[in-house]
Amino acid sequence: MPKYRCTVCGYIYDPEQGDLSGGIKPGTAFEDLPDTWVCPECGVGKDMFEKV
Amino acid sequence: MICEISKDVFWVGAVDWSVRHFHGHTFNTGSGTTYNAYLILGEKITLIDTVFGPFAAELLEQISGIVPPEKIDYIIANHVETDHSGALPEIMRAAPRAKLFGTAKCREGLYRHYYASWPFQTVKTGDKLSLGGNKAVTFIEAPMLHWPDSMFTYLDDGQVLFSNDAFGQHLAHSKRFADEIESGILMREAAKYYANILWPLSRLVIGKIAELRKSGLPVSLIAPSHGMIWRKDPGVIVENYARWAQNRPAAKAVLVYETMWGGTEKMAGAIYSGLLDAGVETAMFDINRADHSEIIGQMLEAGGYLFGSPTHDNGMLPNLAGFIHLLKGLRPQNRLAAVFGSFGWAGGAVKEIEKILSESGLALTCEGISAQYSPDPRDLEACRNFGREFGRKLIGAYK
Repeated sequence: MPKYRCTVCGYIYDPEQGDLSGGIKPGTAFEDLPDTWVCPECGVGKDMFEKV
Repeated sequence: MICEISKDVFWVGAVDWSVRHFHGHTFNTGSGTTYNAYLILGEKITLIDTVFGPFAAELLEQISGIVPPEKIDYIIANHVETDHSGALPEIMRAAPRAKLFGTAKCREGLYRHYYASWPFQTVKTGDKLSLGGNKAVTFIEAPMLHWPDSMFTYLDDGQVLFSNDAFGQHLAHSKRFADEIESGILMREAAKYYANILWPLSRLVIGKIAELRKSGLPVSLIAPSHGMIWRKDPGVIVENYARWAQNRPAAKAVLVYETMWGGTEKMAGAIYSGLLDAGVETAMFDINRADHSEIIGQMLEAGGYLFGSPTHDNGMLPNLAGFIHLLKGLRPQNRLAAVFGSFGWAGGAVKEIEKILSESGLALTCEGISAQYSPDPRDLEACRNFGREFGRKLIGAYK
């Protein structure tokens, strides 16, 4: 599963890690993140991410 | 002086006539700035933002002229940054029953600034807070416009959008409304503010403007946290933001150089003449004499950037390097660029600058031009042709 990078702040979403602060379990693909999910560092939406 | 900006809404901020360096030294102001805080007299007395810490006494004095500060019920913190939250410790002491409202990131951020356990209610986009009677505010999160905690607050009575740093200007003035001052100065300051602070976040600006338009909220007044309040046709500044965010510049050039013994400066002068020959409006700056925030402000509307430095220690001079580093962080898109510089032996500055500009996404349009030591008439003619060629390409790209 590919990683995705926040184009605003540089945070990397790693599907193997998930995002525990945002309630996302490890093993969740970026595509499967809910539309309401936001970057845990800077708060912008999924549309601001690009595939690494 | 009491300033009622809308029915039951008062400006209670401070004018800082002295500040010249803001955000450290990243933003230099020409005249100073204002820290705009607003007081809403609903059944619940509500303060929107505070001011920079050294101005806390002024804020309290302004509030006291309208209502005793201890009567404040709610404080809405649209932004954590210290120029808006710095007076919070004193305000919270003066208004012991006040409760704070802000985003989740605001809550975390305020704690990391003040390490205080103030009563705080986290709010999200669409949440409404009744101020009693016919007044209510709606919150609109605005992450990264320009910090993670940033938020707008909308007051339905009077249709006031408290946009915090968005739509602001670092402009000290005794007037409070945009329509009371000369529009050229106003828009120049608004553009400078956008360029230096919001430019790298342009995609988010586009998205937020679309969201606001889609929401259908009528806006009669935009009350930002710095500078003038947009009262007469507030849509104008929104339109300008939408335009700046598109990164569709004009066929204008900005030429920035640093020089040691004048060789690169002579080249800059010849290139400038070539740009004028091509009919391109050009602004030229010696980085050691000009103000970097002003230059960035002028770059917002220009499609062509030219940089010049002699070679020093195999690379460019340090003050131009700092400026290019600043520009790179602002992520200009859709711009043409070219580089020039003198050298004594071996060279290196032109290639170094070209590499950084390429990595920054700027399109190198003409091959960099160099001259050894002091440029002779042939070198200067080549520089003039270089300017003409760049100018023609600039006009071709943006006219």
